[in-house]
Amino acid sequence: MSEKREIVLPGEFLCEKAGRKVGSGAYFEGEKVFARVIGIPNIKENEVSVIPLAGAYIPKVGDRIIGKILSVEISGWMVDINSPYVAFLPLAEGVSEFVDISKTDISRYFDVDDIIFCTVSKVTKDKTVQVSMKSIGSRKLHGGVLIKVNPNKVPRIIGKGGSMINIIKNKTGCEIYTGRNGYIWIKGENKSKAIEAILTVEKESHVIGLTEKIEKMLG
Amino acid sequence: MNEEYALELIEKGRRVDGRKFDEWRKIEIVPNIVKNAEGSASVKFGETEVIAGVKLEIGEPFPDTPNEGILVVNAEFSPIASPDFEAGPPGEDAIELARIVDRGIRSSKCIKLEELCLEPGKKVWCVFVDIHIINHKGNLLDASALASLAALLNTKIPKIEGEKILRGEFEKNLPVQFKPINVSVCKIKGNFLVDPTLEEEEIAEVKLSLSVRDDDVICAMQKQGSGELKAEEVEKIMDIAIEKSKEIRKMV
Amino acid sequence: MAKSEVKLLIDGKRLDGRLPGEMRKVEMKVDVVSRADGSAMVKFGNTVAIAAVYGPRPLYPKYLQEAKSGILRCRYNMVPFSVVERKNPGPDRRSIELSKVIRLALEPAIFLEEFPKATIDIFVEILQADGSTRVTGINAASLALASAGIPMKDLVTACSVGKIEDTLILDLSGIEDNNSECDMAFAMMPSKEKITLLQMDGTLKKEEVKKLMEMAKDACAKIYEMQKNAIKEKYR
Repeated sequence: MSEKREIVLPGEFLCEKAGRKVGSGAYFEGEKVFARVIGIPNIKENEVSVIPLAGAYIPKVGDRIIGKILSVEISGWMVDINSPYVAFLPLAEGVSEFVDISKTDISRYFDVDDIIFCTVSKVTKDKTVQVSMKSIGSRKLHGGVLIKVNPNKVPRIIGKGGSMINIIKNKTGCEIYTGRNGYIWIKGENKSKAIEAILTVEKESHVIGLTEKIEKMLG
Repeated sequence: MNEEYALELIEKGRRVDGRKFDEWRKIEIVPNIVKNAEGSASVKFGETEVIAGVKLEIGEPFPDTPNEGILVVNAEFSPIASPDFEAGPPGEDAIELARIVDRGIRSSKCIKLEELCLEPGKKVWCVFVDIHIINHKGNLLDASALASLAALLNTKIPKIEGEKILRGEFEKNLPVQFKPINVSVCKIKGNFLVDPTLEEEEIAEVKLSLSVRDDDVICAMQKQGSGELKAEEVEKIMDIAIEKSKEIRKMV
Repeated sequence: MAKSEVKLLIDGKRLDGRLPGEMRKVEMKVDVVSRADGSAMVKFGNTVAIAAVYGPRPLYPKYLQEAKSGILRCRYNMVPFSVVERKNPGPDRRSIELSKVIRLALEPAIFLEEFPKATIDIFVEILQADGSTRVTGINAASLALASAGIPMKDLVTACSVGKIEDTLILDLSGIEDNNSECDMAFAMMPSKEKITLLQMDGTLKKEEVKKLMEMAKDACAKIYEMQKNAIKEKYR
C-alpha cells in the first residue's frame, strides 16, 4: 500500500513567489519559484520549500547530532559528523571544568573513536563547523553500536513527536540516540531487532501504514 | 561503519545478511551483455557487480611458445564502484586481482591456447580479458573470476580475411575445456566465511582464495591480508573451496 | 569529416531503418550502483553509459579547494571492450577532452556555491559504444546528480544531431558518426532554455545550424520527460 507522493525534481515549477519566503530546496527567478532538489514540495501561504529525499548532511546550527572523534588536537577534537565537513569540538565546549592544557592530556575526556551526542553550535559561510556538548542531553555514548542511515530519512525514523522511534525503543528495550546527521546509536540485548526496524523505516519511509508494520514486526 | 556489529554477530554464529557461514549471496550471471566484445558477461554476487569482456586481436606469439595463443587479463577498479577507488592506472589491488584470475585460467589450461595458432611462430590469437568493477560490496575476486569464465564460455572467434579480422562474423567458439572456479574464504574469530561482504572483508584476520578445476585440482592459491594461517586451517579451507566450487560451476 | 563511400541513406531511411528525425530506442534506469551517492544507466540504441556521482565530499589535496564554492570533477572513460577494436585502458586525448566538455555541460546547472571546499565527482563509463557516447553520458550523469540529492537549477538533457547526404538527422549511430558530413553534440537545461554544450565538427551553412539546434531542442524536450519518469519511477 503506497501513498501517492508528488515528487518534484530540480527545475520543476512550484508556484508564484507572491511574497512567500523561499526556503531550502527551492530557488526563485523573478517571480517564479522552482525546486532545486529531488523531494516533496511544501507550498504554504507564506513560504515554499522542498523536503529533500536524498543528499549529504550539511550541518545547521541547532541540529542535534551524533559524532565520532577523529583526532585529538591541542585545544579540542576533530569530529566526524557524517558530512563533507568535519566539525571541531573546542575544549571549552566539551569540558565544564577548568583544564590546564600544558599539564593535561585531553584524550582522557574524549579519545579517538569515542561517540558523542552533541549540538551544532556554529557554521560559518565557508562551512567551518563547531559542535558543543554544553546543551542539555549531550553526552558521551559508551558501548552500543553506531549505524549510518540516509540523513533525510531521520525525521521519519523519529516520527511525529517521536512516535516511531519510541515504538522501537519500547518494544526492544534498547537505548537509542538518533542524530539529525544520519548517525544512530543503539545499545541493548535486542539491538539487532532495533537495527532491522530502523533500516526498514529508512527503506520504506514513503509507505502508509508503516507504523503498524513496524509494530507487528517487533511483536 | 557496521564492522563492530558484524563482528558481534559472527561471534554468535550469525551474519548481518542472515546467511550461513558457507552460503553464497544471490548470484546472477548475464552472458553476452556487450555486443562489441567477442564474449562478455555480467556477474552479481548480491550487490557486488562485475562485467568482464573478451576481445580477440592478432599478435605475435611469445618466443618460447611459438604455437600458442596469448592470454592477457586486466582489471579496472572503476571509480564508479566505490568511494575508495580513484581514477588512474591500476593500483596494487587491481593488479593482484587480475593476476590471480589470470593464474586460475592459465594454470587450469582452461583455454586450449594451442588451438589459437594462426601461423606458427608468427601469428596467433591474443585473448584479452578485461574485468571492469561496477559496484563493490565485497568479494570482487570471486565475482571477477566468474565473470571472466562466463565471458570466455560465450566467446566466439571472428573470421579472418587475409590480414583483416571480420568483426561480427564468427568462425567458431573459443576452445574452453575446463571451468576453474574461484572461492575466497575469510577467517574471522575461528570461523570460516564464504563470499565475504564489504564489512566482513574489513574485519577478516586473513583470507585465502583458491581456484578449483572441474576435477577438484587446485590451480591457484593466494593468501590475502596481514594475518596468519595454520596448515590444518589451509586444509579445512581447501575442503570448503572444493565443495563450494561445485555449486557455482553448475550455474555457468 | 572524410567523405565516405558508405551509403547511409537508402530510400530516405537510415541503415538501421530509422527516419532522419527518429531517435533510437531509449532506456533509462536510476540507482544501478548502490555504493554511489547517485547513479544511472542510459541506453540510446546500442550505446550504453553508466554514470555515478560521489559527493559532495571533502576535497584533497587542500590546495585544490575553493573557499567560496565547491568544484565539479568529471571523468569520461570507455571500457576496453566497449568498441570494436579493443581500446587500451586508461585515458586518451579524446577521453580527456570529453571529460572536460561533459563537466562544463553539467556545471552551469549545479548550485556549487552550496559546497565550499568540497567536490562533486562524476564518473561516466561507456560500456558499449555505438555513436553519441558523450550525450548519452550526460543524460546519465544528470540523472545520477539529481538522484544523489545535488541541488540543481534543472536537469541537463543532451542529444546528437548531424548531416548525412545533405539530410539533417537526429541521434547518430556509430557508423553515422564516423561517416557524416557533420555531427553536433548538444546539451541544455530544458526548462531554462539554456544551452550548456555545443560542439560541432564538419561543414554547415548558418541556416542548417539553426535547423539542427531546433531539432536538438525538440528532441531534448522528449528526452527530458523520459529522464523525469526514470527518477520518479524509483519512488513509486
